[in-house]
Amino acid sequence: MKKSDITILVADDDPDYLFQTVFNLEKAGYKTVAVESQAEAESVIARFKPDLAIFDLMMESDDSGFILCYKIKRKYPDVPVILATAVSHETGLSFSIDSDQEKSWIRADRYLEKGIRPEQLDQEVMKLLKL
Amino acid sequence: MAVLKVLVIDDEPGIRSGVSRILKNFHVTYPFMDEDYTFDVTEAATGEEGITILERDMPDILLLDNKLPGIQGIEVLEYIRKRNYDIVVAMITSYASLDVAIRATRDGAIDFIPKPFTPQELKSSIENITKQQYLKRITHKMKQEGKKIRYQFLSVLSHELKAPLNALEGYLRMMQGKQAGELIDDYATPIERSLQRIQGMRSLIMDLLDFTKIRLERKEEKIEEVNLAEVASEAIITVQPYAIQMDVTINLNVKSNVIIMADPGDMEIVFNNLISNAVKYNKIGGKAEITIDSSDSEAILVISDTGIGITKNDTENLFTEFVRIKNEKTRNISGSGLGLSIVKKVVELYHGTIKVDSTPDVGTVFTIRLPKKTITSA
Repeated sequence: MKKSDITILVADDDPDYLFQTVFNLEKAGYKTVAVESQAEAESVIARFKPDLAIFDLMMESDDSGFILCYKIKRKYPDVPVILATAVSHETGLSFSIDSDQEKSWIRADRYLEKGIRPEQLDQEVMKLLKL
Repeated sequence: MAVLKVLVIDDEPGIRSGVSRILKNFHVTYPFMDEDYTFDVTEAATGEEGITILERDMPDILLLDNKLPGIQGIEVLEYIRKRNYDIVVAMITSYASLDVAIRATRDGAIDFIPKPFTPQELKSSIENITKQQYLKRITHKMKQEGKKIRYQFLSVLSHELKAPLNALEGYLRMMQGKQAGELIDDYATPIERSLQRIQGMRSLIMDLLDFTKIRLERKEEKIEEVNLAEVASEAIITVQPYAIQMDVTINLNVKSNVIIMADPGDMEIVFNNLISNAVKYNKIGGKAEITIDSSDSEAILVISDTGIGITKNDTENLFTEFVRIKNEKTRNISGSGLGLSIVKKVVELYHGTIKVDSTPDVGTVFTIRLPKKTITSA
C-alpha cells in the first residue's frame, strides 16, 4: 500500500495539536480526516473505516480516547489505533499498554505522549501499517 | 474490597445460577485501583421482574438476555437509556441477530456474551466491563473525595500547562524545518496561534497566582475599608477594551454604597473575574449589569449578562477547578478554568455565598452575598 492510499483519522480537541498532526501526516504523504471531539469521531467511525486512527485521551470527558479505542476496535478490529496524550508519569496519571493485562482493557496498539517528533510519528504509523 | 452489583435477567434458570456460581469467587484487579472488585449477583427471570429489582437495587452491571417471556431485553435496555441510569449492560444471547445487535449497541449495550458461555468467557467479559466502569467512575470519584482533589488538581494543572508548550514546540519545529514554505508569511497562522497560546498560558499563570494566594494561610492580611462600588468601577475600566471589541455595554448600578472590611485584592479578584466573564461569554452587542446593594445583614452583588448562558447540568460543576464548559459556543473562548473556583474560594473566605442562575442563550446572573459582620454600610 502507498502512503497516499492511506487515510488516518485524527481526533483531538486541541486545535493546534490537531493542525500540526494533520500537517505532519499530510507532509509525510498520508490522507487525513480531522475531528475535534469524541462525538465527531464516533460519527465518522459509524460511516467510514479509516486505515489508522490517532485519538487524544481527554476530550469531552477524561476517558474519551479510551472509549473511542473501544468503539473503533469493536467495529473494525483490524484498524490500528494510537492513543496520544499530554498526561504522563510526571503528571501523576500514567498508563501503558505493555502488559497483557493492560492490553486487555486499553484497546490501543500504541500509546504516545504528546510532543512526539513528526519523523517519529511517521515511523510509528509505518510500523503499525507494516509499510 | 469493593463490590459491584450484578443483575442477571434471563429466563433460563441454568444460565442465572451459572452466572451466580461463576462470579461468586471472582475478583478483578486493576493497575491503579485501590482495591479489588468482587461481584454480588441478583437474578431475575423476566424483564418486568428485572426492572423492579433494578429500581430497587440500582445494579452496576446488567447481564441481559434479549429473548424473554414478556417484554424483550431490548425494551429493558431502552428503559435504562431513557432514564440515563449509570448501568453497564452486556447482552447474553444465543442468536445475536445483526439487527438486535445494532439496536442494542445504539441503546448503550457495551458487550455481547454468546450463549452458552464458558466460565472463562463470562469472566473476561465481566473483567472488561468492570474496567470500563472503573475508568468512568475514577474521575467522578476523585472530584467528590476531597483527599484526592489535590492529586487531580496537579495532574490537570500540568496537563493544562503542557498543552500550550506542546503547541508552541510543534509550530517552532514546523518553522525550523521550513515545512510550510520559505517565507515568513507562509507561517502567519502558526505565529498567530502561538501568540494566542502564550496569551492563554499567561492568564493561566495569573489565575494560578491568585489561586495560591488565597490557598495559602495568609500571614499579612491587608484588611481595610473597601468601597465596593470603587472596586467595581476599576474592574470595569480594566475590562473596557475587551468590552468595546465585543460591543458589550457595561452598566454599574449602585443602589447602596457599601463599604466592607476586606483585603482590596480579594475584592478585585471577585469583580475582575465576574465582570470579564460577563463580557467574554456575552453576545456581540450584549449587556452586562453590575448591581451593588445591601440588606440589613448582607452586601449583595449581582453581576448579570445577556450572554450564551449555561445549562442546568453544567452549572453543577461550574465552580470546580479546571472545569470549562465545552460546547460549540465556548470553543473559541479561551480561559484557564480557574476563575470561578477562585471567586468561590474568596467569597467563602468572607463567609459569603455565591449563586448562579442561568438560561442558555438568554443570560447568566451571579449573586454574591457577603455577611455584614465585617461590613459597615455608609
